[in-house]
Amino acid sequence: MSDTSTMSGTSLRAWLLSDTPASRRQAGWGRLYRLWRDLRANPLAMAGLVTIILLILAALAAPLLAPYSPDAQHLSNHLAPPSAAHWLGTDELGRDILSRLLWGGRITLGMVVSVVVLVAPVGLIVGCAAGYIGGLADRVLMRVTDVFLAFPRLILALAFVAAITPGITSAIIAIALTAWPPYARIARAETLAIRNSDFIAATRLAGASRTRIILVHIMPLSLGSLIVRVSLDMSSIILTAAALGFLGMGAQPPSPEWGAMVASARRFIVNAWWVPMMPAMAIFVASLAFNLLGDGLRDVLDPKQRS
Amino acid sequence: MDGRFQLIVVENLVIRFGKVEAVQGVSFAVARGAAWGIVGESGSGKSTVLRALAGLNEEWTGRMLLDGAELPRRRNRAFFRRVQMVFQDPYGSLHPRQTVDRALAEPLVAQGIGGADTAIPRALDEVALSQAVRFRYPHQLSGGQRQRVAIARALITSPEVLLLDEPTSALDVSVQAEVLNLLSDLQRERDLTYIMVSHNLAVVSHLCPMIAVMQGGKVVETISAEALRAGRTTHPHTAELRALSTELEEP
Repeated sequence: MSDTSTMSGTSLRAWLLSDTPASRRQAGWGRLYRLWRDLRANPLAMAGLVTIILLILAALAAPLLAPYSPDAQHLSNHLAPPSAAHWLGTDELGRDILSRLLWGGRITLGMVVSVVVLVAPVGLIVGCAAGYIGGLADRVLMRVTDVFLAFPRLILALAFVAAITPGITSAIIAIALTAWPPYARIARAETLAIRNSDFIAATRLAGASRTRIILVHIMPLSLGSLIVRVSLDMSSIILTAAALGFLGMGAQPPSPEWGAMVASARRFIVNAWWVPMMPAMAIFVASLAFNLLGDGLRDVLDPKQRS
Repeated sequence: MDGRFQLIVVENLVIRFGKVEAVQGVSFAVARGAAWGIVGESGSGKSTVLRALAGLNEEWTGRMLLDGAELPRRRNRAFFRRVQMVFQDPYGSLHPRQTVDRALAEPLVAQGIGGADTAIPRALDEVALSQAVRFRYPHQLSGGQRQRVAIARALITSPEVLLLDEPTSALDVSVQAEVLNLLSDLQRERDLTYIMVSHNLAVVSHLCPMIAVMQGGKVVETISAEALRAGRTTHPHTAELRALSTELEEP
């Protein structure tokens, strides 16, 4: 981008919004910029986005930001209320709650990211392939998603984690296994809506193979509603991860995973309300931020919502 | 029917959708470099014939021949090199998230031809589009421009046969004339064979010297454009269509 880096802000904007882009790259960036402009006009979505970015940055910078080690115990100073030394107080073993929240963000948000990275491509490919190929492949794939959808997510995850060893990895796998079917459903519905359109027929006439049509022409169109669904689903993934932690099936006690923190602190909810409250607030803020962003993304990305 | 001198031969084509027989034994033959018109009301089966010929519908019985060779139910890549199609609705036939450049590059990539950087500007020139539209998205183009892009896409791999499914009916009257003239110029320059479907007699008779009239899935009359203009129809449905067409006087 050497030709643009020297430009001032206004001419960069003109370059992005040009009616007559001069290259593939300019046309692509222009489209992204228009989406970004639409998203920026929505203050709630921007609040969600900023919160998520701050949470992720805080989790990444936990070693720099955390005032104490998350595992350092000071039994003489246990269940201390919020103070200048411990902004969010200390827990039953005298560990600094702020430090634990920052480190725990890595685990909780990391679990969410891993689940999404595992699940979104699988759902997208399965859904698009089932929708486009149709026939037996469609019936088999959709019955499989039906089976997974018929189980309550948390119960299936619980059963799965109980069957293998409890821990972060098995929690991620369990959530991923139960999270992909809705994405496959959405991608399939999108695919069914466009598979008989003239532009797909034109691509067939161009001589494109079935794989190429699915990967290059159909998947990008299904991606928008999938991104929306994923960002709206993030909060439920966070809650499932936290619930597994709370039930002792996810991250194990010394680890500062937010759900596990709430679980181990629930005994003190009456006399030391801040101990379970702080991680609960973190779960709440992260879930809310993802929901706000998801709503905003839906307005921008989902063409059916647009006039 | 003698297939040797005919580029495209359709014999006794029958197409069923469930219990409905949409096309009931249609036969016709088109010589190389000719333009064959098919007219009829909506539901007469004319577009169905064209889509089956293009290989978009594989549920048919009968015979279809290209250059004397029988066409398989599932068309191969070489077939699409020789036969291309322009769709009725230019708003639906271009991928909404792909630039004109991507749309024109697709046949070259899929056919493994390459040379997009020279072929695309030339293709835009041929359909009289400015180079400025190359990196625009379909929503930034007018209906007439989109249909020109669709024509450029169909022609970019230099096919011999162009199937035209009401290529002008979604356009303004003034733009219709431009696109029709473009199509007749291109046919002359490239010696293309056209099969054009339309409900508009004026549009079809402007481009096609020979016209098949369809009603209820059957060809009821085959008539020359000249005879049609003069009103020498033999089937009552043709006369009916002619009477309905208010713009027939002179295209």
